[in-house]
Amino acid sequence: MSEEHYLELCENPVQFENASSVNNVFFDEANKQVFAVRSGGATGVVVKGPDDKNSVAFRMDDKGEVKCIKFSIGNKILAVQRTPKSVDFISFIPDYPHLECSQECKMKNASILGFCWTNWNEIVFVTDQGIEFYQVLPDKRSLKLLKSQSVNVNWYMYCPETAVILLSTTAQGNVLQPFAFKSGTMSKMPKFEIELPVVPKPAKPNLTERDIAVHVVPREGSYKKTNVLKLNTTGKFALNVVDNLVVVHHQSSQTSIIFDIKLREPDCALNVHQPVLPGRSIHPYRIPLTGLAAVPTQPPVPCELCILYETFSPACLTCAVCSPFASGYLWYLQVKLPPTVNLLQDKGKLMDFLLRRRDCKMVILSVCAQMLNGGDKGGLPVVATVFDKLNQVYKEYLEAEQTYTVATESGPSRGSAARERPVRTQAVIDQSDMYTHVLSSFSEKKDTSHKFIIAVLMEYIRSLNQVQITVQHYLYELVIKMLVQHNLFYMLHQFLQYHVLSDSKPLACLLLSLESTYPPAHQLSLDMLKRLSTANDEIVEVLLSRQQVLGALRFIRSVGGHGNISARKFLDAARQTADQMLFYTIFRFFEQRNMRLRGNPSFIPGEHCEEHVVYFKQVFGEQALMKQVTV
Amino acid sequence: MASGMQEKQYTPSLLSFFVYNPSFGSREGEEEKKILFYHPSEVEKNEKIRNVGLCEAIVQFTRTFCPTKPAKSLHTQKNRQFFFEAEDSFWIVMVVRNPMVEKPNKDGRPPTIEYQEEEILVRLNLLHLLFLFNGTFGRAMEAGGVELLMQKLDKFFYRYLQTLHLQSCDLLDVFGGIAFFPLDKMTYLKIQSFVNRVEESLSLIKYTAFLYNDQLIWSGLEQDDMRILYKYLTTSLFPRHSEPELAGRDSPLRPEVAGNLLHYGRFLTGPANLKDPEAKFRFPRIFVNTEDSYEELHLIVYKAMSAAVCFMISASVELTREFCEQLDGLVGPQLTLLASDICEQYNVNRRISGPDKEPQFKFIYFNHMNLAEKSTIHMRKTASVSLTSVHPDLMKILGDINCDFARVDEDEEIIVKAMTDYWVVGKKSDQRELYVILNQKNANLIEVNEEVKRLCATQFNNIFFLD
Repeated sequence: MSEEHYLELCENPVQFENASSVNNVFFDEANKQVFAVRSGGATGVVVKGPDDKNSVAFRMDDKGEVKCIKFSIGNKILAVQRTPKSVDFISFIPDYPHLECSQECKMKNASILGFCWTNWNEIVFVTDQGIEFYQVLPDKRSLKLLKSQSVNVNWYMYCPETAVILLSTTAQGNVLQPFAFKSGTMSKMPKFEIELPVVPKPAKPNLTERDIAVHVVPREGSYKKTNVLKLNTTGKFALNVVDNLVVVHHQSSQTSIIFDIKLREPDCALNVHQPVLPGRSIHPYRIPLTGLAAVPTQPPVPCELCILYETFSPACLTCAVCSPFASGYLWYLQVKLPPTVNLLQDKGKLMDFLLRRRDCKMVILSVCAQMLNGGDKGGLPVVATVFDKLNQVYKEYLEAEQTYTVATESGPSRGSAARERPVRTQAVIDQSDMYTHVLSSFSEKKDTSHKFIIAVLMEYIRSLNQVQITVQHYLYELVIKMLVQHNLFYMLHQFLQYHVLSDSKPLACLLLSLESTYPPAHQLSLDMLKRLSTANDEIVEVLLSRQQVLGALRFIRSVGGHGNISARKFLDAARQTADQMLFYTIFRFFEQRNMRLRGNPSFIPGEHCEEHVVYFKQVFGEQALMKQVTV
Repeated sequence: MASGMQEKQYTPSLLSFFVYNPSFGSREGEEEKKILFYHPSEVEKNEKIRNVGLCEAIVQFTRTFCPTKPAKSLHTQKNRQFFFEAEDSFWIVMVVRNPMVEKPNKDGRPPTIEYQEEEILVRLNLLHLLFLFNGTFGRAMEAGGVELLMQKLDKFFYRYLQTLHLQSCDLLDVFGGIAFFPLDKMTYLKIQSFVNRVEESLSLIKYTAFLYNDQLIWSGLEQDDMRILYKYLTTSLFPRHSEPELAGRDSPLRPEVAGNLLHYGRFLTGPANLKDPEAKFRFPRIFVNTEDSYEELHLIVYKAMSAAVCFMISASVELTREFCEQLDGLVGPQLTLLASDICEQYNVNRRISGPDKEPQFKFIYFNHMNLAEKSTIHMRKTASVSLTSVHPDLMKILGDINCDFARVDEDEEIIVKAMTDYWVVGKKSDQRELYVILNQKNANLIEVNEEVKRLCATQFNNIFFLD
C-alpha cells in the first residue's frame, strides 16, 4: 500500500540559511522562530517564524559569538546570550529607541545554561546553580530581580504553553523540580523522582532528556507516573508532540512511531503504552525549489527536545530539520489520518484514536461509511461500538453546551468566572453529519440487505438513546421509509407500540398517509396525536375526514375546546354524511352552544352557516329552530 | 326456588367433533369416504354418516338464503352445532351440549332438565393451531393424499380435543389476543439489538420472536402467525415446562459452558441435554404465511430465566447438534444478561408506579388492531384452568356484551347492572374494546359512567379513546 506514511512534513516549510562558519542558526521553541545570525549579527539577523507575522530582519553589533538568541512574547524584547554569565537585551518595542542593556546572573560562579521568556517582559535565567526570575524595564534600561531560587541544575526544560520550567537536579539527575510562572510570580511545585531503570539497557547511564516517561503535571497535588511508553527498541530517539500524539523518531531504523497517551485502560494508574500504529517513516518530502531529487527519507533530527511532560496543550514542538543543502528548513510535523485507517484494524480503537485528532471529522465519517458498505464489515457489534463512541463525544459536547447556556442564563454574577462557550471540535459528529454522509446513502444501497440496513439504523437510534440524545425526525423517517418499502408494517407497528419512534406531529402525519396501505396506521396516528396533547385540531380534522362527526364533537367537548370551534366545519361534515338525524343533532348542539355563549341560538354572520340554516328549515321546518327563551 | 334439594349444574360439554369433505364421497354408498376425522371414534359408522349428512344438508339448505355467507351455527334446545369451512370444501363441525340444570322432583319422578341458552364462548380460532403445525389441508393432500391428511388430523385432534376445556372458555379465548410486556424504550432497543445481532451471526434464522414472562415483546413473524404461535407457546409449551421448574426438578443452571460463561439458557424444543451426544432431538415444524409464500419452519424455543426466544429456521435446512451448540454458546450468555436487565427495569418501573396494589378496577382490554390484550381479572391463564377473580356469571355477561359489539360496526357503550349488585360496562371505540366490572352497590348510572371515565383517564391516557 503506497499510502501508509501517516506522518508528513508540512507543505510550506520555513526556509533559512544553513548553518555555516559565518552563519549561526538558533531555534526558539517558545515562539517557533528560527534565527539566522550572520557574523555575530553585524551582517544581519533573519528571524523566521511559521507565519510571516513572526518574521523579522535586523542588524546588531557584533559583540562576540552569539550563544543563544530569543525574542520575548510578541517580539517585544530580544535577548542575546554571548557569554556564560550574562544576557544582553535589545528593546524592539515599536516607536521606542532600540535601547540596550545587559544583565549578569546574580549568583557567583554560576554559568547560564539558558533563559526563557515567560511574558513579553519577564524572563527566567537558568544557571547551573539555580534560577533567577527578572522583569525587564526597557525604558529604564535595567532589569528587576523578582525572585530567585538556588538549586543544582543539570539540565532544564521549558514548556511555553503552561510556562513551566522543569529542572533536573541531584547528581543522578533523576529528581525533577518544576516551577510555574504567571505574571510576575514564580511558584515552586512539588518535585518528583524518576525511577531509573535497573538495567540501563537503552544506553542511558543516568537520566537524560532522552528518557521517555511522560508525567502529567497537575497544578496541585502530588504527581503520579501515569504513562510509560514502550519503545521495544534501543538506540537514539527523538520526540515530537503533534496533535496530542507523542511521536518518537528512531534514528537507526529510520522509523517513527506514535503514542496516544489518552488511549488507556480505564482503571490502572500507570499506563504502559504500546505504539498505536506500526512504525513507519515520515512521508518523503521533496524540496520544490532546487529541483534536486527527493530529500532523504531519514527521520528528521529535531533540533531540540522540548517536552518531557505532556500537558493538554496543542502541538508544542515543531520539527526543524537542517537539510544537507544550502538552506535549512523548518517544518511542522503533521499526522495524516487517512493512512491510519488501514493500519489500525480494531475499529473501536481506531475511533478512540481518531476522535482525539484535530481534523478527524471526514475521516471518521468515511470510516463509518466504509464499515457499513465494505466487505470487511465486522458486523453489528462493531457498528454498535463505533456508534457508542461517537455518541459519547457528541453527548459530552451537548452537555457542556447546555451547562453553558444554563450558566449564562442564570446571570454572570453567580457562580465562577464567566464560563467559556464549549468549543465544538471536529470530533463532535452529530445526527445530521451521520445522516448526510453515511446513513442516507447507505440506506439506498441496493446490494445491501434491508435487514442489515434496518438493524444499523436501529443500532444508531439505540446508541443515541443510550446517552439520552433526542433522536431527530429525519432518522425516524429513514427507518419508516425502509420498513414501508419492504412491507414490514408489523415491525413498524411494534416500534411505535414501544415508542421507539418518538411521538411528533410530522410522524403522526406520515402515519396518516400510510393508512391506505396499512389501515392500522390510522389508530397509531390518532393515539400519537392524542399523546402530543397539542394536536387537538388535527384530531378533529382526522375524525371529520372519516365522517365521524359525532365522535369529533365529543372529543373536542371532552378537551373543553368546543366553545370556539367552527360550527360550519362540523355542519359541512354532517351534511356530507347524508344522515339527517346526525345533521339535526349537530345543528341543535351548536344552537345550544350559541345560546350559552350569546344568549341567542342563532348563528352570527361571521360563522357562515346561512346555507345550513336554510337546509335545516327545509328539512325539519321553521318551527324546529330553537326559540330564544323569553323571560 | 323453594326446594331445599340440590340442583345439579352441567357445564357445556363436547358431544362430537368431525371433519369432512363432501366431494370425497359424492357417490351413493361411499359416504364414509367423506369423513376425514370423527370424534368420538367409537360411534357407529352409520350414525357418523347420518350426522355428517345432516350438517351437509343444513349448510346446503341455508346457502340458498345467503350464498356468500354460509351458516355458522345451529342452535337447538339441547345443543349447538358450529360449522366452519376451514378450506375449500373442508368442513369442521363441533357439536356442544348446552349447559343445563337438573332439578330433582319431589315425588320420585325423573328430574326436570333446564337447558340454558346463553352464548357459549367458543370460537374455532384454535383451529389455526392445526395450520400452524400441519399446513393446509390442500398441501397435505398434495403431499400424501387422503391417507396422510387423515393421519395428521387424527394425531392433531387427539391431542387438541384433550386440551379443549369448554367450561373455562371466556372472553380472552374469544379475542385470542397477545399480552405485550410493558417495557421502556431503552430496554426494548437493547432487545432489538440482541435480535439483530443473533440474526446476523446465525444467518439461517429467518424469524425471531422474543417473550418475557409469557408476554410478547418482539415478533419478526406477521401478526396472524404470531397470534397462533403465541397461543401455542402460552397455553401449551410454556406451561409444560414451567411445572418441572416449579417443582424444583432439573435445575436449569449449568455452571460450565464453553468459555466459562455462566448462563441459564436452555432449549425448550429440540435437545434437552446438549452434553449428551447420543441423544436424538428434533424441532417441531410449523407453517407460516400460509396465505402467500407458505413456509415450513423449524421452531426453536430457547429460554433463559423468564426470557424466551423463538428462532425459526427454514425446514429445508437440517439442524445439527453443532448448530445447537453454536446457538447455545452465542445466545445463552447474552440472553441471561438481557433477562436480568429486563427484570431489573421491570422492578424499577413497578416501584415508580407505586406499590403493586391490587388494581381498583377489574377490566379486560382488547385492541383488534394489534391484538393487544390486558386483563386484571385473570390471575393466571394456563392450558387447563383459567383463574379469574370474578364470578362466572359476570364473565358470561362480558361474553354477551362482546356478542352485541360484534353485531354492529359503530362505537358504542353498554352498561349493565348485574343481579349481584355489580356494574358491568362495555365500551367500544374504533378497534378497541374495554370491559369494566365495578363493585359499587349503591352507585347510580351517572356515577358508574364517571368512574369509567376516570379509569380511562388513568389507565389509558396514552391512547385515543373516544368517550
